[in-house]
Amino acid sequence: MLKELSELNAVSSREEAVREYIRNRIKGKVDKFETDNLGNLLAVTGENKKGPKVMLSAHMDEVGLMVVGIDNSGLLKIKPMGGIDERVLLSKRVVIGPNKIPGVIGAKPIHLQEREEREKPVKIPSLFVDIGAKDKNDAEKDVNIGDLAAFDIKAGEFGDRMFKGKALDDRVGCAILLNLIENTYDFPVYYAFTVQEEVGLRGATVAAFRINPDLALGFEGTSAGDVPASKKHKQSTRIGKGPAISFMDRSVIVNQALVERLIEVARESGIAYQFRESITGGTEAGAINQSRAGITAGILSVPCRYIHSPVSVLNLDDYENTIKLADAFLKSIERKGLPV
Amino acid sequence: MKSTSLLTKLTEATGVSGREDGAASIILDFFTHGEGREWVSDLRRDKLGNIILYKKGLGETPAKIMFAAHMDEIGLIVTDIEEGFLRFSSIGGIDQRVLVGQEVIVHGKKDLLGIIGAKPPHIQTPDERGKSIKIQDMTIDLGLSQEKAESLVKIGDSITIKRKFCQLKNSLCSGKAMDDRAGVVALVECLKRLKDLRHQADVYCVVTVQEELGVRGAFVSSYGVNPDIGVAIDVTHGEMPGLPDYEAFKLGEGPVIVTGPQMHPKVFEKLKEAAKCGNVKYQIEAEVTPRGTDAYAIQVAQAGVASGLVSIPLRYMHTSVETLSLEDLRETGRLLAEFVMEINSEFVGGLKYC
Amino acid sequence: MKELIRKLTTISSPSGREEQIRNIIREEIKNYCDEVKEDTLGNLIAIKRGGETKIQFAAHMDEIGMIVTDIDEKGFLRFGNVGGVSPHRLFGQRARFQKGTIGVFGAEKIDNIKDLTLDKLYLDIGASSEKEAKEKVSIGDIATYYHEFSDLGDRVIAKSLDNRIGCAVLIEAMKRATNPQNDLFCTFTVQEEVGLRGARTSAFGIEPDLGIAIDVTSTGDTPECERMAVKLGQGAAIKIKDRSLITHPQVRDLLTTLSEKNSIPHQFEVLPFGGTDSGAIHLTRAGVPAGVISIPCRYVHSPSEMIDLKDVEAAVRLAVAVMENKVEL
Repeated sequence: MLKELSELNAVSSREEAVREYIRNRIKGKVDKFETDNLGNLLAVTGENKKGPKVMLSAHMDEVGLMVVGIDNSGLLKIKPMGGIDERVLLSKRVVIGPNKIPGVIGAKPIHLQEREEREKPVKIPSLFVDIGAKDKNDAEKDVNIGDLAAFDIKAGEFGDRMFKGKALDDRVGCAILLNLIENTYDFPVYYAFTVQEEVGLRGATVAAFRINPDLALGFEGTSAGDVPASKKHKQSTRIGKGPAISFMDRSVIVNQALVERLIEVARESGIAYQFRESITGGTEAGAINQSRAGITAGILSVPCRYIHSPVSVLNLDDYENTIKLADAFLKSIERKGLPV
Repeated sequence: MKSTSLLTKLTEATGVSGREDGAASIILDFFTHGEGREWVSDLRRDKLGNIILYKKGLGETPAKIMFAAHMDEIGLIVTDIEEGFLRFSSIGGIDQRVLVGQEVIVHGKKDLLGIIGAKPPHIQTPDERGKSIKIQDMTIDLGLSQEKAESLVKIGDSITIKRKFCQLKNSLCSGKAMDDRAGVVALVECLKRLKDLRHQADVYCVVTVQEELGVRGAFVSSYGVNPDIGVAIDVTHGEMPGLPDYEAFKLGEGPVIVTGPQMHPKVFEKLKEAAKCGNVKYQIEAEVTPRGTDAYAIQVAQAGVASGLVSIPLRYMHTSVETLSLEDLRETGRLLAEFVMEINSEFVGGLKYC
Repeated sequence: MKELIRKLTTISSPSGREEQIRNIIREEIKNYCDEVKEDTLGNLIAIKRGGETKIQFAAHMDEIGMIVTDIDEKGFLRFGNVGGVSPHRLFGQRARFQKGTIGVFGAEKIDNIKDLTLDKLYLDIGASSEKEAKEKVSIGDIATYYHEFSDLGDRVIAKSLDNRIGCAVLIEAMKRATNPQNDLFCTFTVQEEVGLRGARTSAFGIEPDLGIAIDVTSTGDTPECERMAVKLGQGAAIKIKDRSLITHPQVRDLLTTLSEKNSIPHQFEVLPFGGTDSGAIHLTRAGVPAGVISIPCRYVHSPSEMIDLKDVEAAVRLAVAVMENKVEL
């Protein structure tokens, strides 16, 4: 499932492929589902049960590129959608638009570069995508201004219990929700598969307003910094050390009782966990937390290396343990009620 | 009233963000006493000063369309009075390099003419001359004593650049605050056309406030109106030397319909269809974020709105000589009216990405 | 009043960890209102009934802080900022955690002080091992400045006058306003320093007709400082503008008229940076007219902020005037 999800293309605002996939997986397993004006897919189980309304969210969209212009030679001018490090773009393959037109991001050959040029990153305005068009007219047959391009890469297992693929932020979250949706809990659970997270938490903002839950938990693929040359105190999470519990990021300070409940549940269930030892970045929990008169919201993450690049890496044990921890947390609500 | 004369009056009126009453009174007057009173079913001003012009549709369960164009303009604000000179800072994104040597109007107890001055070049060091003068080092000369200045001006009064509207060749015109009073005139054009048309949808033309400070008026007005569809009408960059063609658009070649993540794909398609039906020439822009326009706020109002953006090409944005084509402005109004005619409740039902 | 200010500034209650200050404020006000509530994010809302118009007063009770993100094998702590913390202001200062642990900020070796950034600083709590440090502090704990209160006569120096002084003004105004003419929702908000978060959600819940924040503002009366008209000791400041808000003209006029009528010393404030709770309140739902009563404060966000009690008295009187005057917008 993670492989299938990773290989679908859903750059922010064109999430239909992932939405369609998820819709097919949840049919018959939920009380009802609907889509809204922005494209969020919202499903609920146990809608008529008593007890608190809990919202679980994961975003369907991924970072990518937008075609903003076509020059006379038929090359496509692009702009980044979401936080992409422009230095990773050179010499990569992409697919563009609904018809998946293949293209490559070219670069000036190293032979023709001045010595100083090699040291400097190539800026986005001088990058382009080549689809093999003869000229502007030829390119316009296959590509429209505004089309979105996604990285083209196969997902799969490698090494020891490791998994690589694009868009693991946040297809891993979607996969976790699809696992949890199989379970039943004795209170209503709203599963929000959201859109446009990478361009400003847009989907979660309106989804939280609509659902108006008593508590929300977001699921993310978060940056792991455990590579050589990264000092320990600058690594936010480490691969293979279990789900990461956030206490704060730039968009939310997580309620302490919620953090403590997650820790307690992890200990009771014997699931290794780690803190996300960083406060950078924003998450959907922030948008949910600020909705209406305020909603308690937390975030659980699967550590991923090389996030927002054409290929990211996670550990399958971390993924499975995040599902276990989330399930144990939801069961703790059955036993003890909400932490807050 | 011709759209040119309304545009003249509006751009010459005062309405710095948060203090829009000057521009607002022209619109309110036009729709309560003027020609426009026949064109709307209702009109109100909300708590932050947005003007909501409502035109009822014929549908039984009519779709709710909101159009938004902002009436506020960038400007300056008095921060202190020193020896009769005024210290000031900016409201909205002003290029400080265009300020020195401008004539301004200070909106104190009465309107006062002032001149923006700075330390003369003769007494600047060579180092200083190489840099643009900072806004905090400029002053406004009112030609008054401290005592007189204090009696007429207080901290917080707004200041605008003194600039008359003027017509150039080929139906181009130039002035201050075209961004986005031109969009407001496009709304008026749209309502004028709708007067004689039998449309199903309810139309809310919202003339918003405080756009230049972070689309604040649109946040609250779209919450209040809670439309099914919301389209912002703003300006985009006109073609000029030094700008790439995908970021700057031709004057006189019609409105620019914008696509991007925060524009609903069906609204974008419908706008293009409406243009084709009405024979309106149009251009296309792909924009990664509409953060600087009302569309940004409208999209996330309440439980989410299908949003769109139509832009009028304009050169020299955020200066006092903003230049655009009257033809584009009229065509924008026509496009909006055509769009309204295309919308029914069935279309609204289909917006939910089934 | 001085004693109240001392009491409020002695507490460590950074954004997201407001329970201690909330408890103290609740004790102070409970006999001066009809009802006290606490909402999901932890805002403390005291309701005092008296009329038709719903006025939300907002004073934020949180303060800036430093959150622990890593504890190393030698027991040193690394941290991130909670709100606007400058590395240059931290270096050499002491910090205190809510459970009482105290530490000092040290820096890695750098050649030029201009290169000092937060991630080159660490917090030394005197632990000699990771284990010992973890007994005192956990990852996710938030420290605040640790500095004493100094009484200079008319003026005082303390940490977190931003915005315990606003809390003190609101508490005192609630005590004095024995004859309210409006429904008052006196809100002690959370998480202002990280983005006006408590004000946003509390205003959504309250749905006020008018919002008045009470907060500190900078001054332009110190040697070679950034130009600004506000001066310490010249009265309560009526905010015209900051980065989050342009005061609604009717609210500006209301505050100005009340000041003039009651001979309350006042000045106008145009702040080129910063934001206050009213920035969030005025964008709530379909919009709320809002303004701010500011208390001039020097050295904001440093461990030694300074205010003048004459300004505090003026701010209290202005708040009381709003409470006891039937407001119609």
